[in-house]
Amino acid sequence: MKFAVVVFPGSNCDRDMYYAAKEALGEEADMLWYKDANLDGYDAILIPGGFSYGDYLRCGAIASTSSVVNQLREKAEAGVPILGVCNGFQILLESGLLPGALLRNKNLKFMCHFENLVVENNQTLFTSEYEKGEVVSIPIAHNEGNYYCDEETLASLKANNQIVFTYQNNPNGSVADIAGITNEKGNVLGMMPHPERAVEAILNSDDGLKLFQSMLANWRERYVAGA
Amino acid sequence: MKLVKVHITLKEGVLDPQGKAVQGSLNTLGYDNVQEVRVGKYLELTVNDDANIEQEIEDMCSKLLANPVIENYSYTVEEGVAQ
Repeated sequence: MKFAVVVFPGSNCDRDMYYAAKEALGEEADMLWYKDANLDGYDAILIPGGFSYGDYLRCGAIASTSSVVNQLREKAEAGVPILGVCNGFQILLESGLLPGALLRNKNLKFMCHFENLVVENNQTLFTSEYEKGEVVSIPIAHNEGNYYCDEETLASLKANNQIVFTYQNNPNGSVADIAGITNEKGNVLGMMPHPERAVEAILNSDDGLKLFQSMLANWRERYVAGA
Repeated sequence: MKLVKVHITLKEGVLDPQGKAVQGSLNTLGYDNVQEVRVGKYLELTVNDDANIEQEIEDMCSKLLANPVIENYSYTVEEGVAQ
């Protein structure tokens, strides 16, 4: 399986994401500079965390206007799995690939620690290796991770099972304790916590590895004959 | 030249923790009459004269300058000083 990691000016979790796919999962991965990125031929696209464009104007807003986002839209439409973590989630929201927006954390503090997440939906290509209701330990590191959407959007997220991860102890004020959501189709996942920072026991948790393993299992099931 | 002044504020009902912190601080200074503070953004755009300027500014605001999910915007177009 071949992963693309899209690198924006200011991305700083790109190498972690690359490491998770290449070393922890043991699959192929390329880091692609956003300006030169050609996303054709990749089985999944990873949008890493960081501070694209220094978070000027709003987190993810300026990155959402770059030409690579048009490719993302096409790939999303075509059903290619896309994972956006932290700033990657912010970019997906600002691009309209996922519904809602992120506000500053309720306590106005940058927070960087492990949180317990509940797997609300294990019927997605990102979570099939988890149990439903499983509690996993994944680190967060953000200042604007307070997920917001209006009531109508929340109702449709619930109705379509798009809420994939929730916080056990909501750290940032997110609506309905939301930590991660998918699009309606289920092939685009955005989440604030960093699964790529929890892929080996030496990192204090390898609970994030199952997310990448789920993507691989889904890909094998679909595209590798006899797997 | 035109000078466009854009004001962006969080929508009503959207939590504004920054505003809350500023309000708390004003209250601490003794300004007990301050009931609420909302923190927003102010942008100045100097643009060339253009017949479609209103529509363009509208587009700029909704596409990039504001996030319509959480923010409201308003703007004025004034005569600018030629550079």
